[in-house]
This record gives sequence, structure tokens and C-alpha cells, in this order.
Amino acid sequence: MVKDLLVILIASSLVNNVVLSQFLGLCPFLGVSKKTDTATGMGVAVIFVITLASAVAGAIYQYILKPLDITYLQTIVFILVIAALVQFVEMFLKKFIPALYQSLGVYLPLITTNCAVLGVALTNVQKDYGILTGIVNGFATAVGFTISIVILAGIREKLKYNDIPESFQGMPIVLVTAGLMAIAFCGFSGLL
Amino acid sequence: MNSAKERLVNGIVKENPTFVLMLGMCPTLAVTTSAVNGLGMGLTTMAVLALSNVFISLLRNIIPDKVRIPAFIVIIASFVTVVELLLQGYIPFLYDSLGLYIPLIVVNCIILGRAEAYAYKNPVLPSLFDGIGMGLGFSVALTCIGAVRELLGAGEIFGIRVMPESFVPVSIFIMAPGAFFVLAILTAIQNKVKINGEKKGKDMSKIQSGCGNDCMNCSDTGCAHGLYGEKAGGTSGGQMKEGEKNG
Repeated sequence: MVKDLLVILIASSLVNNVVLSQFLGLCPFLGVSKKTDTATGMGVAVIFVITLASAVAGAIYQYILKPLDITYLQTIVFILVIAALVQFVEMFLKKFIPALYQSLGVYLPLITTNCAVLGVALTNVQKDYGILTGIVNGFATAVGFTISIVILAGIREKLKYNDIPESFQGMPIVLVTAGLMAIAFCGFSGLL
Repeated sequence: MNSAKERLVNGIVKENPTFVLMLGMCPTLAVTTSAVNGLGMGLTTMAVLALSNVFISLLRNIIPDKVRIPAFIVIIASFVTVVELLLQGYIPFLYDSLGLYIPLIVVNCIILGRAEAYAYKNPVLPSLFDGIGMGLGFSVALTCIGAVRELLGAGEIFGIRVMPESFVPVSIFIMAPGAFFVLAILTAIQNKVKINGEKKGKDMSKIQSGCGNDCMNCSDTGCAHGLYGEKAGGTSGGQMKEGEKNG
């Protein structure tokens, strides 16, 4: 059991990296990766939301959708649950843990329609994971996201001082960087 | 039917969602490993886009302004579910190869963007053609990218071998890193066009550089801001223009 969870942990965070091999959550990956500290903040917020969302979505799937035999409604239910959850988390943090809200608050609305969150919830269902396995998978996926966004932000900070051809300035060079990172992450595929 | 034609041309050429507006990049990169997959994804998205545009346009006087985004999402998610079940039943090979990315059409910026920027403000028929035009533009773009990747990565287009026997496929192009490289070249070409256009004094503010901008705003407030340019250029890199765009 523990071994299975460990395998999922490594597979989802490194081998099948959510951004670099599945292209989910690409928008914040490219949009919020200008500085390492904002990238870290975004990463932590994503870990928080995805772990919570996989727990809630998993529970709803197992205890509501499955017994009622309406699993075909999963897409609609999950997207609404995620949107509501993010709103709720934002309000909760604002009221009860203002310090955490100060640091994560700005990133929360950005995550609402992040495809990675919905992607993880759907993957958990597709692979028939139980609730605990789903939570571990969600956490690992989000950790993978954080690893890659922080690395990209680090590279982009250095990139500023380089002489880049005019047409490659801005987004194109970031995409080339992401491509090279994807090649590097391909190296993990021999790990399992 | 002049406005219908205008809407179609607008979607395919003038405001091509992929090449000009740079919206919906996640599926663009993920499913374009071959031309067939690209075309399949494009047409699936078109179906959802046209249907949701029609419905949102029909309901535009009923949906209260404050809850319009959740209402749009419910409508879009319903159509995505319908289309997903249809694909599963009638085109199983496409369903298998697109997999997870079919339900993820729900969070595609293009659909929510058109709902907010066009369908919510316009009558049914133009909205339908807007959806079809944008969908066709997306399909054309995905098929082109898929064809390039398939050609370089496997020496084939639509599964038919076109390269000579001596051609050694650069298989990285059908793997994940290839998607980033193809998109990098694409955005570089777009930048080049934009820079040249600005030198000649043309208004190039419509062209977005890179997807970060739009999608960031997209996740923020459901595309509205990205499309209206209210907050454009705020958070992300590139030489974002303060886009004075009207959807």
C-alpha cells in the first residue's frame, strides 16, 4: 500500500510532470513565472487547492455520484465544486487566517479555472483511484507543478540579462526554455 | 447573410484564436501530435462552441449579470458532456486518443471568451456563425500544427507517408518537448509579423504575444478582461500591448 502510494508520488510529480508532459496548468506556468518568489507563492497555492480539490471531488464521486449512478455528470459537478471550493477557501482564509491570505490570496482566483485542478480530479476518476490515493496523486501532481514553475522562474530571472534575437524576445524564448526543461524531465521516465 | 460571412472570416483569419489571439494553448499543445488528432479536437471544440454560443445568446436576457460566469460554465459543461458521450459512442478511436482533453474543453479560454465577448451581447444567428467561425479557425490552426509535428516527427501527414524513405523522423517533435518548440517558433513568427507591421505603422494591437497574458486574465475573471484588454499587460512577460481590443 505504502509502496503503491510512493510510486504514484514519484510518477505524478516527476515522470508524468503535469506541465511539461501533460500540458495542464500551462497558463500560470507561463504567466506567473517571472520571479522566483511569486512562482513559489503560486506553487504553494496550487498544492493547497489541488490537494483539497482532489479530496472533495473524490468524496463526492465515491459517495454521491457513484451510488446514484450519475457518474456521467462528473465534468459539470467537478468544475462547479472546484469553483465554489476556491471561493470558499478564499473567504475562509480572509476571515480566519489573514496571514496566509496575505501570501496566497492573490493567487487563489487565478486557480479557479486552472485546467490542472480539473485535470487531476478527472484523472483520479479515470484511473479508479480511491480517495486517499487520489489525494496523494493530487498532492504529487501539484508538487510537480511547483518544481517546474520554480525552476522556470529561476531560469527566466537569468534570461533577462541575455541578448535574445528580437523576434524571440518575450514568450518564444520562454517556450524554448520550457521545451528544454521538458527534454530534461524526459530523463525521469527511466525512474520507474 | 452578409454578417454570417463576416463572422466566419473574422474567426478563421482576422481573429484566429490560435495564431492571432493565442487562446486555448493547453489543448493546442497537448493533442497536436498528429493532424488527425488536431482536426478531431478542433471540430469537437467547434461543436461545443457553436452550441454554447447559441444557447447563451438565447438566454442572454434571462441570465442575471452577476452570475453570468457560473451560468456560462454550466451551459458549456453540459454541452461538453453531451459531445463527450457522443464521441464515446460513435467515434471511439478519437475518444481514446483525446482522452482527458475532451472534458477539459470546459476550461478552454476560447469558449468562455466568446460567450462573454460575443454571444452574451448579440442575437442568435450571428452568435452561431461566430462560434462556427472561431471553431473553424481553431480547427485549421490545430490541424496545421498537428501536420507539421507529424511530418517532422513521423514523416507522415494524416497517416500517409510523404517523406522519402531516407528521411529519419525527428521523433522529439511528436513528444512533449516538440510541442513547446513548435509553439516557440510560432510565437516568434507572430512577433516578427507584429514588429514588421508596427514598422510600417499598421495597428497591430489585435495580435497578442504569447498566451500567458490572455490565460492569466482568463482564469482571473473568465476571459472578459483578456478580451477587452482592461487589464492586459499586467502580470505576464513578453511585449504585451495594452490591447485596445473589442471582442
